[in-house]
Amino acid sequence: MSDNDQLEQLRKAMHAATPRPDPDAKARHLRLAEENFAAFQGTRQNARHTPERPERGAWFKKGVLTMLHALSSRGALVATTSAIVAAVGLFTLWPGGGPAPLPGVLQKPLPGPAADAGKAAETARESLAPAVTEDMPRSASVTKPSTDSAAAAPPPGPSAAPTRKMIPAATGVAPFPPEAPALQPGGNTETFANGDPHPVRIAAEEPVSTFSIDVDTASWAIVRSSLMRGKLPPPEAVRIEEMINYFPYDYPVPTAAELPFRPTVTVLQSPWNEGTQLVHLAIQGRKPALEKRPPLNLVFLIDTSGSMQGAGRLPLLKQSFRLMLSQLRPEDRVAIVTYAGSAGTVLPPTPAGARSSILAALDHLGAGGSTAGQAGLQQAYAVAEEMAGNGNVTRVLLATDGDFNIGISDPAQLKDYIAGKRRNGIYLSVLGFGRGNLDDATMQALAQNGNGTAAYIDTLAEARKVLVDQLAGTVFPIADDVKIQVEFNPAQVAEYRLIGYETRALAREDFNNDAVDAGEIGAGTSVTAIYEITPVGSPAILNDPLRYESRTSTTASESAELAFLRIRWKAPGGNESRLIETPILPGAGEANEDVRFSVAIAGFGQILKGGKYLHGWSYPQAVALANGARGDDPFGYRAEAVRLMRIAESLARQ
Amino acid sequence: MRMDVDDETLARQAGNGDGPAFSALLERHYDRLFALCFRLMGNRAEAEDLTQDICAGLAAKLAGFRGRAHFTTWLHRVAVNAAHDRRRRRARLKRAADGWGDWERARHVENAEQQAAILWLHEAMRTLPPELRDTLALTLDEELTHREAAGVLGISEGTVSWRMAEIRKRLRAMHEQDANT
Repeated sequence: MSDNDQLEQLRKAMHAATPRPDPDAKARHLRLAEENFAAFQGTRQNARHTPERPERGAWFKKGVLTMLHALSSRGALVATTSAIVAAVGLFTLWPGGGPAPLPGVLQKPLPGPAADAGKAAETARESLAPAVTEDMPRSASVTKPSTDSAAAAPPPGPSAAPTRKMIPAATGVAPFPPEAPALQPGGNTETFANGDPHPVRIAAEEPVSTFSIDVDTASWAIVRSSLMRGKLPPPEAVRIEEMINYFPYDYPVPTAAELPFRPTVTVLQSPWNEGTQLVHLAIQGRKPALEKRPPLNLVFLIDTSGSMQGAGRLPLLKQSFRLMLSQLRPEDRVAIVTYAGSAGTVLPPTPAGARSSILAALDHLGAGGSTAGQAGLQQAYAVAEEMAGNGNVTRVLLATDGDFNIGISDPAQLKDYIAGKRRNGIYLSVLGFGRGNLDDATMQALAQNGNGTAAYIDTLAEARKVLVDQLAGTVFPIADDVKIQVEFNPAQVAEYRLIGYETRALAREDFNNDAVDAGEIGAGTSVTAIYEITPVGSPAILNDPLRYESRTSTTASESAELAFLRIRWKAPGGNESRLIETPILPGAGEANEDVRFSVAIAGFGQILKGGKYLHGWSYPQAVALANGARGDDPFGYRAEAVRLMRIAESLARQ
Repeated sequence: MRMDVDDETLARQAGNGDGPAFSALLERHYDRLFALCFRLMGNRAEAEDLTQDICAGLAAKLAGFRGRAHFTTWLHRVAVNAAHDRRRRRARLKRAADGWGDWERARHVENAEQQAAILWLHEAMRTLPPELRDTLALTLDEELTHREAAGVLGISEGTVSWRMAEIRKRLRAMHEQDANT
């Protein structure tokens, strides 16, 4: 097929897609232009007292001559072009055929597309809140100037304020731009999921705090990639719990055989406020006996859209999966589905032992086309369902730069779809590649609804961490829907604040509702949550007691307990939750290196978000705390963290 | 009637304050201008907003029209510059900053074949970097020659030809990709 066929096809499609102007809009625009024209003549005539009016009678003759001249020179131009085209050895570019007939459907003005988009946005906001906050189609109300009022207003006089109607500066377009006008860098379209930091709450008023665990690590990698590019990360990209949970910790492992994980509570002095303490909750998943792990079915769903070109994306993805392949066993099975425009199965389910055919399929992936995430997802799940069998673990691994704005017609529907598949035992993990159009919010939403993890991969080292060192945690769930509820004892704790977990907050009643989804724990992974608490009587209490509040709460408990911890979880694939309960006592646990390091990262994250509650505690203190808690650090993650804190410090000083 | 007066004459008259000439000129070019705006932005709402921007500012711009270029060439340049301004402003609003980003239209098209064609068009346009997309928007509909497009974009004619070759290359790659999957 020749080159021109595609260009011709594009031309035809463009013709078909180009709508006719809406008559109302056209009339409005013409009126606006005429009014502005009149206004402009007004300003000009005031400025210039002898306007040159055209000679009305002379236009016809002159006009015809000019027109003839124009016609011939246009013909000459066309001829020139043909010569050039021939010279570079290409086909005739502009077939003289008239415009392709417009399909009737397209000619009709579309019924309020902007309004529909707004409605979809509304739905999305409701259904995905709070994870998706900014991933909205363009909202017409934001950008659309109110044309009606503009058109209805009287033409402004010469001294009118420079509004849209005063033309000279309104659009500010120079007829001959000094710079090459077409080379605008593409806008940064990244969106991040986040919520307002949890405020300080008063234990007497709101003693219960409920949230879902979060085992994602994407935020740390995003913070790192920003800092390595010499920029402080945008505050909304910082999710403190994901930064903390990025690092491996060596918390105590479960001893009781029936429990897949073990919670450990440590109460320690807050480093950034003398009057407060930290309650450090650590949950350590059982480390699996890898040789006894069940066979694994993996469906790689790979985004091969055009935006995946570039070293940080598809090539890195291929290298990453190659690394991962070495961790699989012969009885595991792998399939590859790609999506870019049309979804296709590139590799049917193949035993991991057949390395050469898997590698060949990987090598043949190329980037091109746009992203149709949903069709790809459906196909990947279909393949996964084929593969699923007794005792197997089946997971879809979605690799994307997260640019999902084509192909998802309804985010709420997509969410339901993924949630439905999750109930069938097929999990979804999301691996993000590349920066620039990373749709972090959608990635989060997908992974959270698919019981999966969202990790962001920016280097091969990171790929190794996620897909090799922590493969077990990435793909083998040991507990589902893990929810944490902490009830504070108002007799001991005046105020408390959960650090991070903004996107994971749950309603109090959802804790006991097994239908409400929450995060999962993978084999060998650990999860950390930190509360800052202000003991009763501390000078650091922020809220004054209310004048009219009845002080009856002493009946609550004379107990020395600070709080009571409840954890609900389900066995993987199970429907009924189980409950673990334990009181939190003052001075519990030991502030070992793992605890102190996680606190340093929590502090770092808060600094990056503005450090509202840190009272001047900043980078040097975070570096000192982290440096003193590096421990063994066999993979060098903690050393890297200290390095990044120093980079952030110098960037913040600029 | 003014129908047979050429653009350049009308433009000069309008530039000198002739209201009817201005109206006749704009009316004559409005539909094509709108189509160009659509090709630059990729959806109706954006195209309408852009057309409005241009109409609002046209009277002032026209005062600077010297008649050295064809009026259509000049108008295209105004449109492309306005599109860039608009994208710059949109870039601050994060999403769909450089056109062809929205997919709102697809939902309104029932015919599967049309939907596929439009989907393909969006894919193709989105895959192209903005400068290629703009070049294509100017030249695709037999509107401008390479030389005129070069004048509009403020680049050399050779660059336009190179860009067209690049576009063909990329379309071919896309096509092969599609054929393979």
